[in-house]
Amino acid sequence: MPIDFDIARIAQLARIALTEEELEAYSAQLEQILEHAARVQALPTDGVEPTSHPLTMVNAFRPDEATACLDRDEVLSQAPDAEDGYFRVPKILDES
Amino acid sequence: MTDLADLSILQAGDGLRAGNFTAVDLLTAHLRRAAVTESHLHAYLVIDRVGAMEAARAADEALASGDERPLLGIPVALKDNMVTRGVETTAASQILAGWTPPYDGTAVARLRAGGAVIVGKTNLDEFAMGSSTENSAYGPTRNPWDTDTVPGGSSGGSAAAVAVGSAMGGFGSDTGGSIRQPASLTGTVGVKPTYGLVSRYGLIAFASSLDQIGPIARTVADAATMLEVIAGWDRLDATSYRGDVPEISGSLDAGVGGLRVGVVTELSSEGIDPQVIDATVATVDRLSDAGAEVVEVSMPSTDYALSAYYLIAPAECSANLARFDGVRYGLRAKGETVEEMMAGTRGAGFGPEVIRRILLGTYALSAGYYDAFYGQAQRVRTLVRRDFAQAYQGVDVLVSPTSPTTAFPVGARSTDPIAMYYSDVCTIPSNLSGDPAISIPVGLDDAGLPIGFQVMAPALGEELMFRVAAEVERGAEFTARAPLASSEVVEA
Repeated sequence: MPIDFDIARIAQLARIALTEEELEAYSAQLEQILEHAARVQALPTDGVEPTSHPLTMVNAFRPDEATACLDRDEVLSQAPDAEDGYFRVPKILDES
Repeated sequence: MTDLADLSILQAGDGLRAGNFTAVDLLTAHLRRAAVTESHLHAYLVIDRVGAMEAARAADEALASGDERPLLGIPVALKDNMVTRGVETTAASQILAGWTPPYDGTAVARLRAGGAVIVGKTNLDEFAMGSSTENSAYGPTRNPWDTDTVPGGSSGGSAAAVAVGSAMGGFGSDTGGSIRQPASLTGTVGVKPTYGLVSRYGLIAFASSLDQIGPIARTVADAATMLEVIAGWDRLDATSYRGDVPEISGSLDAGVGGLRVGVVTELSSEGIDPQVIDATVATVDRLSDAGAEVVEVSMPSTDYALSAYYLIAPAECSANLARFDGVRYGLRAKGETVEEMMAGTRGAGFGPEVIRRILLGTYALSAGYYDAFYGQAQRVRTLVRRDFAQAYQGVDVLVSPTSPTTAFPVGARSTDPIAMYYSDVCTIPSNLSGDPAISIPVGLDDAGLPIGFQVMAPALGEELMFRVAAEVERGAEFTARAPLASSEVVEA
């Protein structure tokens, strides 16, 4: 299949701010890697189930018991910004 | 007199218990080795002198009361994607600069509980993405066999530290060969255990269905001992193996008489350096002389494993690295809105290889391309697993070179992603299958650089794998040490 992509859209989906020059450079490299990766399409796989995971286990159950968790102040001491026991971030909703 | 930094872990353990030297002596010898080699190597991102000295003193007290834990007092180095409470952990990324974790990963906790002395945190390709330890935000690590060459990667810091003697054992993580390939390039032993045998809790995730923590050591027996301490079920990792830990070091002296060894045709011919091929053939011949039955095995799907890997691993990494958004830890860029802050943080905090893989993974998982790329890669993964399963019906273990070449010059592949990715062509199939594999040094090339040999075994077949590896080690009689580890250089 043809390899076409909108690099600016991919960067936006990935939440990575890049300059025009960076976008161009990544676009060329991605095209090269995808051409190589597209070799997988040459292998006939009709009726082959995908493997998402090497283990055959399906679910891992454990008792639902409260145990010690990380210390809040120690965790927040590592945050870029915190206030009143919470992580602080720039505004998410437009108030206008 | 032998420098304590040149002993194996088992020798050092005997010496400690016999009272020939103390854990503080042992640590001091390794810190001294680090002091004279680090300016050439940059194996460590952080050396924790204070914490290590405290642990060594505690080990000496325990030793005095007859404590016989195998890693008690042994100086070890941890790849800096293993979360360590109170010691800066960055995964060699700017985005985590200054992060001091509030907890220990499970493997780290088990090492501490086992009395090991953590010397420091070692360099890696950022978030373990790379095969040369050049993609570190804090500068590359060099190979102690020739400082103009790379140590391999991504666990290049741990491999270099073990090879030069600034740690007795190192721990790394292996997603596509990141323990075995640097072990091969530095003349050390490196193990990727069966997926699930070692808990991934507290390993900064790259590709969760492929990542596995394992040891790097100077002998096969040391590696087995190190693995035994960290292996086993963990309630904090839902993918960890629930059964009993398989026997690991019980059969190291059992030999290979009557075992069937399969040489993988596709991993031992095209694109492999002729000197690496010669060393592989000589090693296989020695296994045959030692009583193994050797056969050629064809695994055609391994030709496609590399391509499948470079869709699966980036896809998983693009999801895993979403957590680095400037909210809870590390770097934060300025932004009027939360989206502007996140995109700015990620653009400034991630290096080029990490961005490349996140973009690739984001694309491979996006609507309209998911099945053609990611879905097809997962079906190829099934074919690789079938090839292994079929091969193991006829043989007990599989063998190949570990790396297609010996250590390559710094900078030689850093501008060509595809050439760099090819470094892992022999190691990736075992990550896709989830089976264990080990690299053992078997010789030097004409330039004096180490050559590694890979032994692969079925899932939970560690005992068999170590048994064959021990025979490879005995036959190879690899006693050479990296020039930078030699006393003349150290005295200079």
